[in-house]
Amino acid sequence: MADTRTVTVNIRRRPSISDPQGATVARALRDLGHEVTGVRINKTIELQVPDGDVEAIRTKVAEMCDKLLANPVMEDYEILISS
Amino acid sequence: MTTAVVVFPGSNCEHDVVYALETLGGSADLVWHRDTDLSGYDSVVLPGGFAHGDYLRTGAIARFSPVMAEVNRLAAAGAPVLGICNGFQVLCEAGLLPGVLLQNRDLKFICRPIHLVVESTDSILTRAAKVGDVLEIPLNSYEGNYTASADEIASIEADGHVPLRYSSSTGTVDEGSNPNGSTNNIAAVSQGNVAGIMPHPERAIEKILGSADGRVLLESFLQSKVATVV
Repeated sequence: MADTRTVTVNIRRRPSISDPQGATVARALRDLGHEVTGVRINKTIELQVPDGDVEAIRTKVAEMCDKLLANPVMEDYEILISS
Repeated sequence: MTTAVVVFPGSNCEHDVVYALETLGGSADLVWHRDTDLSGYDSVVLPGGFAHGDYLRTGAIARFSPVMAEVNRLAAAGAPVLGICNGFQVLCEAGLLPGVLLQNRDLKFICRPIHLVVESTDSILTRAAKVGDVLEIPLNSYEGNYTASADEIASIEADGHVPLRYSSSTGTVDEGSNPNGSTNNIAAVSQGNVAGIMPHPERAIEKILGSADGRVLLESFLQSKVATVV
């Protein structure tokens, strides 16, 4: 679709914030015999937004992240805009 | 004067809160999350449950419910605002309290009575209690693991903003009495007229249901009401 753009937002817990889910999965993988030193389970959100200037889209999506999609107390985010 | 008990889609402890407050001599109304006028109320409770399905993060969507503008206004005006369980999570997301509640350390939904020790009576939750009192109250949560940045933890500890900690039945606070991994066993946070608590005092107000230890916390809340807010 020419009129929309896909934006992917990766939301990761800060390294200082524990991830009990990741730790549990890491244990399970080790139990299966895999060499794994760490697992972090993150969140991916895909947005469809009206196409336009990439920097303007980035600013808008950053606003969405700051306000709703991520919690700055515990999470960082990364915005990937499809070409 | 009356307490507004906010009902979000997915709240499920609102009737218990109204019943408990009325049993203790207060009065309370259920208020829908789309209401935009809380004039006439002198205090607010955000009850437990799964507001907006806990989608995205617990409390993340509830904090933008239309009623929250009024909750912010009342909080700024000095009215007692109490979040219980999911309500605590909403207050953290809304920035009315510091920190965040993560999944429990052992990734288990915890639903059982736990013990809390009163550490400070300088809060809307504990002003009627005594320091050192040990209370037995049900905990009922998956995201109850209180966390904040090291700086924030240091500051709420230094300022005495932790009225209650998870403890043993004799009041010992240690890792063994920490049910969910909360930093420093923090079970409640109180800043001025705003407080959040993870366990459910409204479910512990009658001996016949196992414990009446929640009474002192809700009585403290009722005693904290101020008459000046409209």
